[in-house]
Amino acid sequence: MAAMVLVVTLALYFAATVSFLAYLLWPSKVLSKVSLGMTAVGFVAHTIALMARMVGATDVSPPDFHEALSFFSWMLILVFLAVEFRHRLHVLGSFIVPLALVSLLSAAALPDPAPTLTPVFRTLWVHVTLSMLGTVGFAVAFVAGVMYLIQDRLLKSKRFNTLYSKLPALDFLDHLSQQSIVMGFPLLTLGIITGALSAEFSRGSYLNWNPEQAWALVTWVFYFAVLMGRLTMGWRAKRAAYLTIIGFAGVLLTLIGVALKSHGPVS
Amino acid sequence: MHIVVVGLSHKTAPVEIREKLAVSESRMGEALTRLCSYQGVREGIVLSTCNRVEVYAVVDEIEAGYERIQEFLADAHLSLSSEQLTPHLYWHQGDRAINHLFRVASSLDSMIIGESQILGQIKDAFEAALTHKSTGIILNKVVKKAISVAKRVRTETKIAEMAVSVSYAAVELAKKIFSDLSEKTVLLVGAGEMAKLAARHFIASGVRHVRVTTRNPQHGLELAERFGGTAVPFEQFREDMASADIVLVSTGAAHSLVSEDDVQRSVRQRQNRPMFLIDISVPRNIDPAVRHVDNAFLFDIDDLKARVEQNRGGRLEEAEKAERIVVDEVKVVRQWLQSLEVTPTIMALRTKADDIKRVEMEKTLGRLANLSASERELVEAMASSIVNKLIHNTMVTLKAEVNSSDGAAFVEAARRFFSLGDPALSLVDENAASASETGSSSHEESKDVEAMIPRAGSKRPDH
Repeated sequence: MAAMVLVVTLALYFAATVSFLAYLLWPSKVLSKVSLGMTAVGFVAHTIALMARMVGATDVSPPDFHEALSFFSWMLILVFLAVEFRHRLHVLGSFIVPLALVSLLSAAALPDPAPTLTPVFRTLWVHVTLSMLGTVGFAVAFVAGVMYLIQDRLLKSKRFNTLYSKLPALDFLDHLSQQSIVMGFPLLTLGIITGALSAEFSRGSYLNWNPEQAWALVTWVFYFAVLMGRLTMGWRAKRAAYLTIIGFAGVLLTLIGVALKSHGPVS
Repeated sequence: MHIVVVGLSHKTAPVEIREKLAVSESRMGEALTRLCSYQGVREGIVLSTCNRVEVYAVVDEIEAGYERIQEFLADAHLSLSSEQLTPHLYWHQGDRAINHLFRVASSLDSMIIGESQILGQIKDAFEAALTHKSTGIILNKVVKKAISVAKRVRTETKIAEMAVSVSYAAVELAKKIFSDLSEKTVLLVGAGEMAKLAARHFIASGVRHVRVTTRNPQHGLELAERFGGTAVPFEQFREDMASADIVLVSTGAAHSLVSEDDVQRSVRQRQNRPMFLIDISVPRNIDPAVRHVDNAFLFDIDDLKARVEQNRGGRLEEAEKAERIVVDEVKVVRQWLQSLEVTPTIMALRTKADDIKRVEMEKTLGRLANLSASERELVEAMASSIVNKLIHNTMVTLKAEVNSSDGAAFVEAARRFFSLGDPALSLVDENAASASETGSSSHEESKDVEAMIPRAGSKRPDH
């Protein structure tokens, strides 16, 4: 049942992505409403799929990478809907919904998980949830950064096209990006700490320098620097936008590290 | 004698060219004197605004006149040659020149159709021309008429109400940089009309902090008071720029006041918070290289124009109404101008004199029935002789003065002295033009004039 609902979700997200991308090019109220509607229905389906999976789980086994990515995708849509509800910012959907679709697709496309590491710390799901919430923050910051750079470019080159009229003010995007990092950073910090704790319980050491952990730490240091730079050295606006994009690349590498560990050749 | 216009506008030339040709207020006198010193240029007026530089003149020969005026324009800037200007210029003569002036005055040719600023600028240009005596009877009449046409267009069409202004475009752009204008600070540099208008728009859109700087400190204080802001000494405004989110520059300075370094430094002081710079001055007062500064967004008058252009539409109908008014009024002026031609005037004078002679002769001879044929001839000869002697000097003078700078004035005078019709129009119109300034007080006055002098041609409402 869960699998079928997930297919429906994917189909809806896909349709929403197409219509949201079309919305970027054509000024149409209908398109934005249709896209938003499909996203909302998709989100409901997605929620059902996630709950079915949780209920269906036989024990308190830790979430695998599938679930983590699916949860990430679900959170992204949730954040989008929340921002949309508050600021009526349809165009954000043109950027976030495709990202959510890609992460959900990659979750579906991954091969079956390798046998889970044993013995597993029972509260590993805390680590996964926190890390994923932190990642959602960085993903939103990334999307805001991309939108910032596009709007910056349009303003600089004086191209007042449809996209220009749809993108919000630069300082709003800068603020959204900053807020997302401010929220994502402590979550990632906690995620790393709980991860280290569970590693200590399961393997007896906090840190064993696998790519996942290494990238997670590098990412953490990077975002710490971004936050500090903003507060002390005026790393905002265009530079901040570039940094959030680079930072998110680090996040993606970490996720790939995790994927390799649990799905690929075990490190 | 021909009325011509040679000029360029936002429609034909980029700001880089316009700013080179712009004639500042302080150099207007010298420019007008130079213009009138050209051979064959009898009257001249220079209209120089952000969006256009135009020379209206009365010249002896059209082609030669075009050339002189083009030379005059090219002389305005060392780096410009007459040939370089050619692709940007337009040339009109006669009715088309008058039509152009009327359209410009009525703001039909403006960047923002219906904006009212151009009328004030034409009045200023006219004022300068009067001060430096560069205009004569023809341009005085035509420019005054242009001002009254513009007023008629504004009262009879809705064109002014529908003006989408450049300042509105500036506010709209600001909203793509700053989501909440109420916390932002506007720095107004200089007191150009357009910038003041823009500042007012920003305040209307929620901006609460306004800083003003002008070269004249007293003026700055007054403006600051009017906008509920603070005045900044002109010498310091570059250092003060970092505190402003929106910088509106519009001064009459002939060089750039704000350099790339100034903006770079301000952005750094602002810790990279974006800055929005609007340069509504021509010549531009902000170095165009500021475009390359990250987090600084510079827009000049042409950029705003491009934005306005996109918002346009919906005003076409009213504009068409206005165009029709312009065409009607051009006809009126043409009739007046035709009356200023010497040959028809002399013929009219001749006819008038002969008519009087004939009527009086018939009356007199009717009573003197018993005159012999030779006596009748004598009386007739005497009447002809009196009439001819009376008008002889007038005709000789007219023919002699036709090529002098006052030729038109002589013609007009002759027409008025001998009640030769049409020119009476002029008197009425001048009164009408000043009437709309002060109200309708001279309405009766112009009626009186009409009663005194029979006139033909169409009549326009007086206010």
